[in-house]
This record gives sequence, C-alpha cells and structure tokens, in this order.
Amino acid sequence: MSAPSSVGGSTPGKPESWTVRLRQGIDRHLPMDHLLPDRQPYYVGSWVYVFGVVTIAALFWVILSGVILSFMGPQWWHDSGVGRFVNSLHFWSVQLFFFFMVLHLWGQYFMAGWRKGRAATWMIGVVIFGISILTAFTGYLSQQNFASQFVAINAKDAMNGAGIGAFFNVLNFGQMYGLHVMLLPIGVTFLVVAHIVMVRSRGVVKPIDAEGGAKS
Amino acid sequence: MKGMGATQEEYYRGVRMESYDLVKELVIALGAVGVLALIGAAIFSSPDLAPVTIANWAQSDPVDFVTTASGELASATTSAGYGAPYNAAGPGQSWGPIAPQKWFGVRILIDSANAFVIQPLQRASFSNTDLGTALAAWQNASSDQQGTWLDAYTKALANATVTDGGVVVATGDYGPLPVMMSNLLGVAQSGGLDGLLTINGRFYQTDYTQPLLFMGDGEYLSGLADQAHLTGSLWGMMNETGSYPGQTWLWLYTMWYQVFPFNSDTGIIGLNAGNADLGIILLMTLLTAALALVPFTPILRDIPRWIPIHRLIWRQYYAPRKAAARP
Repeated sequence: MSAPSSVGGSTPGKPESWTVRLRQGIDRHLPMDHLLPDRQPYYVGSWVYVFGVVTIAALFWVILSGVILSFMGPQWWHDSGVGRFVNSLHFWSVQLFFFFMVLHLWGQYFMAGWRKGRAATWMIGVVIFGISILTAFTGYLSQQNFASQFVAINAKDAMNGAGIGAFFNVLNFGQMYGLHVMLLPIGVTFLVVAHIVMVRSRGVVKPIDAEGGAKS
Repeated sequence: MKGMGATQEEYYRGVRMESYDLVKELVIALGAVGVLALIGAAIFSSPDLAPVTIANWAQSDPVDFVTTASGELASATTSAGYGAPYNAAGPGQSWGPIAPQKWFGVRILIDSANAFVIQPLQRASFSNTDLGTALAAWQNASSDQQGTWLDAYTKALANATVTDGGVVVATGDYGPLPVMMSNLLGVAQSGGLDGLLTINGRFYQTDYTQPLLFMGDGEYLSGLADQAHLTGSLWGMMNETGSYPGQTWLWLYTMWYQVFPFNSDTGIIGLNAGNADLGIILLMTLLTAALALVPFTPILRDIPRWIPIHRLIWRQYYAPRKAAARP
C-alpha cells in the first residue's frame, strides 16, 4: 500500500520549490500575529498613532466614492443630484485624506519613525505623498468644470517648462482622466499596502531615548 | 539569517505589551471618517462652476474673441510664440545648459493660425461663397500684405464697438479680414467652433488641447479666473472656485512663484520669472528628494531629538522617567 498523498494543508514541501520558499519567506517576515497583532507596546496608546489609521480610512472612502464615480462615467455627477453627492463625498474624503496624511507625516517626523531599519518605510511614505498629490492634481483636471480649465491652462506652463508636458499633457482630458481613475490610484494603493506591510513587519519604533539618537 | 519575526520579538524584549485591538480601531476610524465625509458632502456639497465654452467667450466678449483670433493670424499670441511642445516658435525655458522643454521637442504640434482660424474657416466656407472668396484672397496675398491688413485691423479693434453681437470697426483697408472674422465670430457664437476645435476630423474626442490653448490666448477666461480668485499671483493653482478648499497641499509649490528670484525679472544665478516654472519644478524635486532622504541627512534627522515634541507624543513612556528623576 502506497503512502497517502497530502492534499491541501501546509506541508513541508521540497525546499527547492519556489512556492515553498515564498511561503516560508512570508511566514518568516510577516507571520499573521505580526500582521494582525493583538498586543502592542504600551506607548502605542498615543493619539498620534491614530493619524495613520484615519489616513487609511479616508483612502477607503476616496476609493469607494471614486469607484462609483468612474463606474457611472465622468458626466454623471454634473447632471444628477445623487452623482453630485457622491462627488462631494469624494471631494471631502480627499480633503480629509490629505489632512490626516500631513498630520501622520509630521507625527512620524517628530517621532523619527525611520529609526532601526525603518528608513524604507519613511521613503515609501514620501513617495505615496508625492503620487497622492499627482492623483489629486489629475482629479482636479478631470472635474470638467471651470476650475479644471483654469488649472489646466496654468499648469501646462509648469509641465512644459520642465519638459514633462511633452508626455503629460494636462490639456488632454482623456489622458488625465485615465491616469486619475486607474494608474495613479493603483500606484497609491499598492504603495500604501507595501507601507503597511513594512510597518507591521518591523513593528512600531521605540521612543527616541529608548535606543538613543534619531539616526536610521 | 534571522527572520524579521524573531527580530521584532527581540526588538520588543523587556517592553511592556498591552492588549490592542487593531481591527476595532480601523473599523471605528472607517466609520468616523465616513461620517465626517458624509457631513461635509451633505452640508457643503462640492464645487462645480460650469466650464467656459468658446461660444460663451464669443457671445460675452466678441471684441476680445476677434482680437485674439487676429492675434493668432499675426502669430502674436502666447500659443503662437510658445515653443515646445507645441511649435518651434519660441526657445522655451532653460537654466544654463538645462533645457528639458527644448530637449523633448515639438510633440503636440499646434499651428495656432491654421488650427484656430484658417482650418475652422475652411470648414465653415463649405456653403459660404463670400467666406470662400475672402479666404482665397487672404491665402493668395503676400505675407507683407497680410501683415499690413492685420496691423491696421488690430489697431482698429482697439476702438471697436459691438452691434447686434458683431464687432464693428472704423472704415479702413483691412482686406478680407472683416469677412473672415465676422464669420469666425458667427461660427463661434453658435457653438460651432467648440466642435470644430475638439472634433478635428474625428468622431470621438477626449483631447481639449486646442480649445484650451485658444481660450488661454484671450483675456476672457483669465478675467473670469481673476474674479474667482484663481490667478497665479493669488496662489491660483491651490485655490478652488467659490469658498471651497482647493489643492492646499500645493502651498509650498505655489509659494515659490510669489518670492524672489521667481517673481523677479532679473533674478539671480539665471533664475527669474522667465524660467520660474523650470526653476520651481527643479527646486520641488530637490526638496521632495530631501524629504525622502531625511533618515540619512544629519541635522534634519536630528531635529526630532532636539525638539522634544516626541515627549508629548510618548507621554506614557516619559512620564514615569520624569517622576523617577525628581528628588
């Protein structure tokens, strides 16, 4: 009688298997009790830690309202009361997102959150901030109203002066809309997930004097 | 190599750990932020000032419209002399050897006179023999003759009046220009030019480069923007119509336009108002890189240790130590 083959479950597997190596890597770097911990150092009780969570919450509402707006098409919110309300939800979620993100950034700066191997987390955060600004900018250009027209006419000079306008034409609604509803939000979301994974993987940094200095 | 799991446990060794419900916190945050956004949406709505059309422009300010169209023919408008990426008429911005506008060349070709005036008139002349004759006269005239007509017509436009929506100038030798311009104005006032500049031989269209450049050449749209407090001297890019918050996160970018050397004609080390766009984009790129590199930058990374805001943030951690240090 041959030995029963294993179906499903987590078996040791062959060590040379790429799949096994990937699974073991994830287990090592981000076990579930680090991804979703139920215990944290006592100093995490500070209200400053809330800024990161509320930024994520605002991003959720930005994406949810944005998905509805993009599903219904760019003209919908100009002609429909419900559409206008969803656009307003999108507008205020974006304002809250940036407000909380800036608070989070300043909070992390004064906590020197990059210490002890967390520099990449800080750097990705800065990139998220930059791409978020670009995403909001393309959003303002995609509104199809007077503000869009004037922002586009003015912004073209900055883009053209820097040579960017040859490829990133702010007067081209189709290009701006495509970037706003797809590529840039995917970039922000992907990087935010990476940022959260990095935070959870290393854990929150200790208070400054607990390990001395603010160097990375 | 040790895995990060072991490292995190080692990192927290000796630190008092407390219960913390991360998921509950996230759910509460989702609800609270959602309520804030819903309140903002319900009470304040969102800005949506209707866009300006070329028809609005031609109906509301026909003299500005005709002056701008004449300027396109004379290659005297912003777009006509812009340079890359639209045409080769201007040098573009540069700072010393740094000239990215020139490097990438003409990639969105716009011939302002043809695109905004001649081609729309050619389409409009399909069943209009008077216009066809005027266009032929214009195109068969020498450039010197065209310049003479344009010069006289532009001067006359300074004292033009509006009668029944049309532009009336003093009698003079303007060649075919009055016929061409009155037809272009008529097409524009009917809304036809909005279509002609966007459709451009296609059916589906999402590119508004031509009508926006044309409207940007006139003063009507910038006048409306001035009334809406959107202009650059008022930190325009970060403002929004009405009393709504705009892109306030662009405050640092728009601030540079208000200060030396970017608001000066002479400037310093080759940076001035003439190449402010390039200079400010370069500066903001450097500042963004500096922000990203804070963890590796002495002084910048030390400021949080020198300014004891962290003692407020981690009160729970520092309070017992402070108490223990008291005599």
